[in-house]
Amino acid sequence: MSIHEIVLALSLVGFFGYALVSKKRDFVWISSIGILLTLWLKFLGWTGTLQFFGILIEVIIVSAILSYLYRSFLILVLPEKLSKEVSTAPLTAAFGLLMITIYAFVGIFGPALAPYGEAEVIADAFAFRNEEMLLGADQIGRDFFSRLIYGTRNTVGLALAATLAAFVVGTIGGLLAATQGGRLDQIMGRIADVIMSIPSLIFALLLLSILGPKWWVLIIAVGIIYAPRVFRLTRAVAGNIVVMDYIEAAKLRGEKNSYLIRKEILPNVTAPLVAEFGLEFCFVFLLIAGLSFLGLGLQPPTADWGSMVRENATLITYQDSTPLIPAAAIALLTISVNFVVDWVLFRSSGLKE
Amino acid sequence: MSSENEIILDIKGLKIDGFTGEQWLPIVKGVNLQLNKGEVLGLIGESGAGKSTIGAASMGFSRDGTRVSGGTINFMGTELTTASESQKRKLWGAKIAYVAQSAAASFNPAHKIIDQHTEAPTHHNLFSKSDSESDAVDLYNRLKLPDPDQIGFRYPHQVSGGQLQRAMTAMAMSCRPDLIIFDEPTTALDVTTQIEVLASIRDIVDQFGTAAIYITHDLAVVAQMADKIKVLLKGEEVEEAPTERMMKSPKEEYTKSLWAVRSHQRKQKTRPENSDAFLSINSIDASYSNGPKVLDAVSFDIYKGTTVAVVGESGSGKSTAARCITGLLPPSTGKILLDGKELPSNFRDRSKDQLRQTQMIYQMADTALNPKVKVKEIIGRPAEFYEGFIGKDLDNRVDELLELIEMDPGEYRDRLPPELSGGQKQRIGIARALAANPSFIICDEITSALDQLVAEGILKLLDRLQNELDLTYMFITHDLATVRAIADEVVVMQNGKVVEQGPKTEMFTPPHHPYTDLLLSSIVEMDPNWLTTVIEKREGTSS
Repeated sequence: MSIHEIVLALSLVGFFGYALVSKKRDFVWISSIGILLTLWLKFLGWTGTLQFFGILIEVIIVSAILSYLYRSFLILVLPEKLSKEVSTAPLTAAFGLLMITIYAFVGIFGPALAPYGEAEVIADAFAFRNEEMLLGADQIGRDFFSRLIYGTRNTVGLALAATLAAFVVGTIGGLLAATQGGRLDQIMGRIADVIMSIPSLIFALLLLSILGPKWWVLIIAVGIIYAPRVFRLTRAVAGNIVVMDYIEAAKLRGEKNSYLIRKEILPNVTAPLVAEFGLEFCFVFLLIAGLSFLGLGLQPPTADWGSMVRENATLITYQDSTPLIPAAAIALLTISVNFVVDWVLFRSSGLKE
Repeated sequence: MSSENEIILDIKGLKIDGFTGEQWLPIVKGVNLQLNKGEVLGLIGESGAGKSTIGAASMGFSRDGTRVSGGTINFMGTELTTASESQKRKLWGAKIAYVAQSAAASFNPAHKIIDQHTEAPTHHNLFSKSDSESDAVDLYNRLKLPDPDQIGFRYPHQVSGGQLQRAMTAMAMSCRPDLIIFDEPTTALDVTTQIEVLASIRDIVDQFGTAAIYITHDLAVVAQMADKIKVLLKGEEVEEAPTERMMKSPKEEYTKSLWAVRSHQRKQKTRPENSDAFLSINSIDASYSNGPKVLDAVSFDIYKGTTVAVVGESGSGKSTAARCITGLLPPSTGKILLDGKELPSNFRDRSKDQLRQTQMIYQMADTALNPKVKVKEIIGRPAEFYEGFIGKDLDNRVDELLELIEMDPGEYRDRLPPELSGGQKQRIGIARALAANPSFIICDEITSALDQLVAEGILKLLDRLQNELDLTYMFITHDLATVRAIADEVVVMQNGKVVEQGPKTEMFTPPHHPYTDLLLSSIVEMDPNWLTTVIEKREGTSS
């Protein structure tokens, strides 16, 4: 019996058993049908396109099960209020949460997980994969898998820092503009317009070629490019809050601006801002990966997904898909974050089906 | 009114569920309803009674998040619960029409009124466009709209709210339907406008022999409009009877309590003699950013421990006067004296103590309370800010305030505003004002968004607090019934000017200023013949 057959058989037993006792049957029945379909594909013969579809269905089912388990785990572990929120998450969002957790784990504990060092040359250039090297070696003989793990920390960490920079600047600016109004609002608005009118990639290239490709330049450049978007969103959302009677009541009480922003406005703008954070993070992530691919991002020997694609691109000519793995890692994280954002947006907008 | 006893709408055992986000809960629990040709049925109840849901259901329409879970709805031989969408679409507009609460929101602002009017008849192939247009003019004439030949060629924002509501009624009539559903058509209108709309709706329904369901929470209005009345409570029928009998001898306790609300009246306090005014407004003018004057030489005095009601239609400047007093809109000329001392015109220049003394309670409790802040913090903040309460003392003060407004501290301390009912939110608004330990409170239309029974409770609470804490109120309202219930003195405003002021008893006895007279005669009374008499009287004096 192959591993596929064991997975399928176990899932099938589990699903049918669960379908008999559970309330949420739709998902379970669909999954069971999927498994039956895969078994049938296997019966037909397990080659070529059929095999591809079979494995695809298997992957979807396994990730659905994992997401489901992860959600149940979160509901058990988290404090009451949060677990109530999580229990409303659809499977897609649970999958997104699971992936984000995995990325975070790999990012934090990267050095301990990686079998070799980041810049350690251990084999010939483009050596084939073997028992020591899961994904083979890169263009100068470093372990591809280890570099992938180190890349998580570097690429994701950098994108996170840059997005945070954009948010700190944008949110503070937006809140000030909304509460103060008048001239300050006008000035900040026009500055934002000017920045937004410059094509972002060109602006980043410009800054990087003036100041040199250093990590802090990247953070500043991306922070400047994305801050205006956050500014406009915050100003718009806070603008709707500022006209509320409770803000008037607080003003008439004699409260200072800092109190208004912290206690009255901020709690009401957090939800849309968190959703926006997820969305912008994806854009920032892609921009940084793009810059790295162009050679202006993180500099060698630092491992970075964007530059890993470029450095190993020649392998594609030889029908080896290894260079696409970092690209897939980028895609997977982007999709996962979007799944979670969709759910958060849905919750915060108060929409009902 | 109807001679033919042909049943056009027959609802039996109607059950409707609403989705709460987690589960389906019943909103309407088995209601029966029969409507004869040309008959007007008044549906009455508090918010949450399910009256609008039943109204929509009698068209065969389920609102978002609701579903019909039982019963039958038979409209002229068609079973609407099982009818297909296309069947229903043929009926809607042509046989059944709907008039919504807000005409302004129901008209498309991008098209002329008459183009929207002719849409339904041409869609259903009942009239040609030109026939329908001339019919529209005829209807506008019957509904006594000014300039009926031309008014249809204006855009919705170019006519007033009352006119728009009548144009909406004309539109509902455009296909000569057998049934019209009026969902609170006059609730958003001023009292003086309301009368005209009520009268024209009643006449036109009568002329064409159209059956109607009239949904409202206002008893007096329904008494004018309906042939029979059905009282609803929490999705169940309380009782149904012909209007006359229902008004004179209601059977059920709940109906009686509804009827009794309007009779609440407080003893008028007399103005203390030889004492200076507590708050004195001396000929203030005000305008918004160099626009036209919104307040024109407004002066009035408020004495300690009394309630002054400021009355007027929307746009009369009564809320602007409140904004001047609080300092949100500094008046361009004139002075405001509190306890003999002049208040700085801008609230930013006022001292903490001056700010503390004047507190405000808002009309919409939903926007007046921060939805993300807990009750104890909403109430606690002014106590902490002005009086310096901290820690345990602050908790005790919050509990004390909650008890003062008759809410259980243990249960409500840690709630968020969205977890409270409308009346409870308004009580929290009051508690927030009280937490500052003020001497003067401005109440801006605080009961107009509430159900009558709940509003009654709020008024009684304010009355009690006034006696216990020696508070002074300025009560802004357009509802003269409220004025009658709680005011000591009345200030009548029109177009930014004070037209009349004096003690309440004087105001409610003639002679009046003509505008006061108009306002007073516009209070809808419970007598079912009231509307007829008023209209006759007005037409008699004008011709």
